[in-house]
Amino acid sequence: MNCRSEVLEVSVEGRQVEEAMLAVLHTVLLHRSTGKFHYKKEGTYSIGTVGTQDVDCDFIDFTYVRVSSDELDRALRKVVGEFKDALRNSGGDGLGQMSLEFYQKKKSRWPFSDECIPWEVWTVKVHVVALATEQERQICREKVGEKLCEKIINIVEVMNRHEYLPKMPTQSEVDNVFDTGLRDVQPYLYKISFQITDALGTSVTTTMRRLIKDTLAL
Amino acid sequence: METDLNSQDRKDLDKFIKFFALKTVQVIVQARLGEKICTRSSSSPTGSDWFNLAIKDIPEVTHEAKKALAGQLPAVGRSMCVEISLKTSEGDSMELEIWCLEMNEKCDKEIKVSYTVYNRLSLLLKSLLAITRVTPAYRLSRKQGHEFVILYRIYFGEVQLNGLGEGFQTVRVGTVGTPVGTITLSCAYRINLAFMSTRTAGEDTGVTYPSVEDSQEVCTTSFSTSPPSQLSSSRLSYQPAALGVGSADLAYPVVFAAGLNATHPHQLMVPGKEGGIALAPNQPTHGAQADQERLALYTPSDGAHCMATPSSSEDTETVSNSSEGRASPHDVLETIFVRKVGAFVNKPINQVTLTSLDIPFAMFAPKNLELEDADPMVNPPESPETESPLQGSLHSDGSSGGSNSNAHDDFVMIDFKPAFSKDDILPMDLGTFYREFQNPPQLSSLSIDIGAQSMAEDLDSLQEKLAVHEKNVREFDAFVETLQ
Repeated sequence: MNCRSEVLEVSVEGRQVEEAMLAVLHTVLLHRSTGKFHYKKEGTYSIGTVGTQDVDCDFIDFTYVRVSSDELDRALRKVVGEFKDALRNSGGDGLGQMSLEFYQKKKSRWPFSDECIPWEVWTVKVHVVALATEQERQICREKVGEKLCEKIINIVEVMNRHEYLPKMPTQSEVDNVFDTGLRDVQPYLYKISFQITDALGTSVTTTMRRLIKDTLAL
Repeated sequence: METDLNSQDRKDLDKFIKFFALKTVQVIVQARLGEKICTRSSSSPTGSDWFNLAIKDIPEVTHEAKKALAGQLPAVGRSMCVEISLKTSEGDSMELEIWCLEMNEKCDKEIKVSYTVYNRLSLLLKSLLAITRVTPAYRLSRKQGHEFVILYRIYFGEVQLNGLGEGFQTVRVGTVGTPVGTITLSCAYRINLAFMSTRTAGEDTGVTYPSVEDSQEVCTTSFSTSPPSQLSSSRLSYQPAALGVGSADLAYPVVFAAGLNATHPHQLMVPGKEGGIALAPNQPTHGAQADQERLALYTPSDGAHCMATPSSSEDTETVSNSSEGRASPHDVLETIFVRKVGAFVNKPINQVTLTSLDIPFAMFAPKNLELEDADPMVNPPESPETESPLQGSLHSDGSSGGSNSNAHDDFVMIDFKPAFSKDDILPMDLGTFYREFQNPPQLSSLSIDIGAQSMAEDLDSLQEKLAVHEKNVREFDAFVETLQ
């Protein structure tokens, strides 16, 4: 089974980076999260309810929908903040990318560590532009809003192809497929990483952040 | 086909489709209420949240959706449609979007109903949540209030996209294959948000309450989705226009009270001029054709395209209403058209043209006219050289740097680019300034009539003035001495 890979590109102003990334990441995670599973006897399970909320962007004329989970939102904001800082500190051309990877764990026998097999990777390439006048910024607000609308439509199109999704796991396997650490929702296992690139596309700094504690090697 | 699906699965599937349709309507309508939506996640399943999503059920919306469905389910040729339209406080309206839940014949026999179909329907609802924030109508709906409101209308039957204007776009939210067909959810939305409104002088504003006639295929109702706080103001600002009930599908626009104690929506009936009039089959399909129809209505003697309007921006729904009304508008030979430009057009400008056919060169009238009551070029007050206010405004835009804008027959429109000015991105800059102040009104004292008049007066009063001055001679002398 091959890993599905989708790439999105956005050009934004420096202060729009966070909101643009959050919009994309939250939209993907909205589709890749379910309610919490509650396993019952006989292997059946019931699923909790996922709430949603609208988020207005401050620097972009755009509103996106995310799952109502403050934990998830905090986790995303943390990594997006780090990405934004890395972009700013790189001093380069303002090119970078974030990757949201969904994976499954495959348990291996000791002493080998669990394998992480990605099944879907979303890459968002960011190009930061610097604008001189307020008028340009105003135009940028609207333009980036429209671009994000297109990206959301692209994401939804991919989601609705109904391509490979991991099988629903049994109770013992659920942690290999889903992130069960959150209190109110249950996204598929994911990790987010980012890298800053220079104009040639080579990686200047590579920073990996693992948000799932049990993905560390034993 | 049905023998492949056992009865329990069939029942489940029907239930899923029915509740999916109801939830779809809820999501769409709630997304156009103008407020941010927020629902909570719940880790313990309550059992009442369909598709594992917390989507509130607004009772009136469910009621109307059920009424529209009338016990049926979306099937081939029978789609459930939610129409979103905009209505201004002056009574003009425009269709913005049509959301369609359709079923086609392509079946997926292998799919498991209770599991895969259910989950995919859940995914589709999530996609719908995302897409409803992304179409242009969302930003419009967030700004609704005193100037305009957003209405919705649910109908069941054939999809009617006539009212969306030319060049409308479609976005597919997603599809789910089932053993009885493939469910498709899509949205067709208008991209040309400029529309013409018609305000006729002497229009009969009497209120009539048309009766609802159920058509065979379409049962229509429409509601306002403005927030409760806007309710009374938007209701009062509706102008009920008795244009007559031409279509058999006319129904009540009902002001929708989201959360208010509007237990009996029918009591709040305000038959607005527009707001979701059913799209009767005899509607004009083309914007340009609609234009002609309206012209024919108002100026029966001449069917030419004399209005300076872009043909693609017509609000065909308003036109169809006008064309269906047979009473007063026929008698009106002159109307004032105000063209408003919607939020997604770069330069919102109010435009006024007179439809009277007496205007020379009306066919070539520029599309961009600035309406300003104080604009000297539209209404040059004292200038005797201007034939009509419109004449002045015809020349105001695009006139060359040095020419007198009141030249008539030799008028040629050229682009005005003043020297040393940067490209006009913003409206206000050197070129605009120059244009605006190029034609100040004539000084009153320079106008011949008034000048002559005051001369005569002066001569008459000369004697009196001399007498007064002679009396005060001593004062004047004293004053002169102080100066020395």
